[in-house]
Amino acid sequence: MLKIADKTFNSRLFTGTGKFSSPEAMEAALLASGSELVTVALKRVDLNDEADDLLKHLNHPQINLLPNTSGVRNAKEAVFAAQMAREALETNWIKLEIHPDPKYLMPDPIETLKATEELAKLGFIILPYIHADPVLCKRLEDAGTAAVMPLGSPIGSNKGLKTIDFLEIIISQSNVPVIIDAGIGSPSDAAKAMEIGADAVLVNTAIAVSGNPAKMAEAFKIAVQAGRMAYEARLGQVYSQAVASSPLTAFLDDEF
Amino acid sequence: MSFNDIFERHNWDETSRSIYAKTSVDVEQALNAPKRTLEDFKALISPAAAPYLERMAQLSQQLTLKRFGNTIQMYVPLYLSNECNNICTYCGFSYDNKVKRKTLSPMEIMEEVVVIKEMGYDHVLLVTGEANQSVHTDYFKKVLELIRPHFAHISMEVQPLDLSDYQELTPYGLNTVLVYQETYHEEDYKKHHPKGKKSNFQYRLDTPDRLGKAGIHKMGLGVLIGLEDWRTDSFFTALHLNYLEKQYWQSKYSISFPRLRPFSGGLEPKVAMNDRELVQLICAYRLFNEEVELSISTRESVAFRDNIIKLGITSISAGSKTNPGGYAVEPQSLEQFEISDERTAEEIAEMIHKQGYEAIWKDWDISLTK
Repeated sequence: MLKIADKTFNSRLFTGTGKFSSPEAMEAALLASGSELVTVALKRVDLNDEADDLLKHLNHPQINLLPNTSGVRNAKEAVFAAQMAREALETNWIKLEIHPDPKYLMPDPIETLKATEELAKLGFIILPYIHADPVLCKRLEDAGTAAVMPLGSPIGSNKGLKTIDFLEIIISQSNVPVIIDAGIGSPSDAAKAMEIGADAVLVNTAIAVSGNPAKMAEAFKIAVQAGRMAYEARLGQVYSQAVASSPLTAFLDDEF
Repeated sequence: MSFNDIFERHNWDETSRSIYAKTSVDVEQALNAPKRTLEDFKALISPAAAPYLERMAQLSQQLTLKRFGNTIQMYVPLYLSNECNNICTYCGFSYDNKVKRKTLSPMEIMEEVVVIKEMGYDHVLLVTGEANQSVHTDYFKKVLELIRPHFAHISMEVQPLDLSDYQELTPYGLNTVLVYQETYHEEDYKKHHPKGKKSNFQYRLDTPDRLGKAGIHKMGLGVLIGLEDWRTDSFFTALHLNYLEKQYWQSKYSISFPRLRPFSGGLEPKVAMNDRELVQLICAYRLFNEEVELSISTRESVAFRDNIIKLGITSISAGSKTNPGGYAVEPQSLEQFEISDERTAEEIAEMIHKQGYEAIWKDWDISLTK
């Protein structure tokens, strides 16, 4: 079981709520995914409206909301947005997204670190979206983050784990859960992420934009489970050539 | 550095010639390129690309889905004033159009807001003519203060302002500013804008730079299609966009492609653009830039709007009135242009839904810019 802060999760597949063709299609896909942590953009929900259409379709006991700050450009705006989210959605969990660059949605490491320091003091459970930067991950840990969410490739790109070498370093030295966020384009990418030891993955575009979101969500669910099982069972070593004998040390077996 | 430094290095006639000289080889190269350049964009908007329209549409659809998902954003214009000191040969608000003028008072604005909110809108576009004696930064400040509690996202399409004006207005909740160049043909620009502050081509051309310096969240570019050769004008729009994205990388961009519409006392378009060509242009923009927002208004016909939803567009207006007071206060006041698609916002949302897309009414929150 995955534990982040004080919460445990059966499912290691986290999902998002954007880009679906309707709230009903979103709901069906999220239920099929088995996901227990679902991120929702503050900008998409009406915080003052209890009957908000998006939130209404997320109202299931197993679904925990993870509000995100998408749209803010600096730490100050992010801290304010997080407080608004906490007040309106009654959760102190926040997915910290600071991408001042609206074209490629690249996360700002400096502002993210600043915001994490402040939000930690304010008692938030912080899950920051960041580059696959191992040093930044350690700095965020020191600042009190609950997990780290490095990207596999640019958001919405479906390009898979382009950052895999750095993800492996992050996973090997992290004291907090590592959730691979952004760029996971297919169930095989998700399985790969789990095989290298990620604690969870977050998938949105690949599910929402597929021909059949509910079916694709289930495919991701199975892939994440398979990848995790493979990780726990320990994968065999990968060799670049056949290993048949021990040419360098076989002489030791010879009788002199 | 400003866009003018780049603009000065380009000549209208040469650009035009190079677009019309593109061949099917150039088009295929553009279609197959993983990242498309400005030269590719020229090929895609050239007559040589016409036979490739279906392929362009399919690529455009895929790229738009990847970035924006199955969603279309809804916005509506709120005309605050039709007072205008400019003479523009193509606009209903032109100073020489001797019709009674109106600027909405705060109370009248609120009457309009009530109706717009009932239509379901949370994103509003404020529109005015250019009448600096009555519709100025202080007026805009008051309007923003008044309507901010009622909308998640506020855009403005008004006269170009100074940098300090934009800096003053953004803390009041101004998120997006649309300033269309109308045409990048400098000499003909002066013919279309013979009188008023708008006749200053350079000031208008520099406006997006001022917006970028003011840190505006989003800016909208475009030309008025029908004034000059749309292909050449669209190239300059793309050139402008390309420059702005690199220079003001924290801002978002949107493009519109308004085609000249009839209005009281107006001229016929000098250069007509048919529906096939508009689809070609929309797809060319998408293929050139995967992230730019593409917007379509009620200027276009019902059939065209229904079919364009899936081809690259990301936002749409509906149920629009183009006159101040049009929703409630004074439905018969002077309008800027006649709209073509008169369906209600609800009908458009239903049409979007039937096509497997979701109409998005809210995609911003004022808490994000405190």
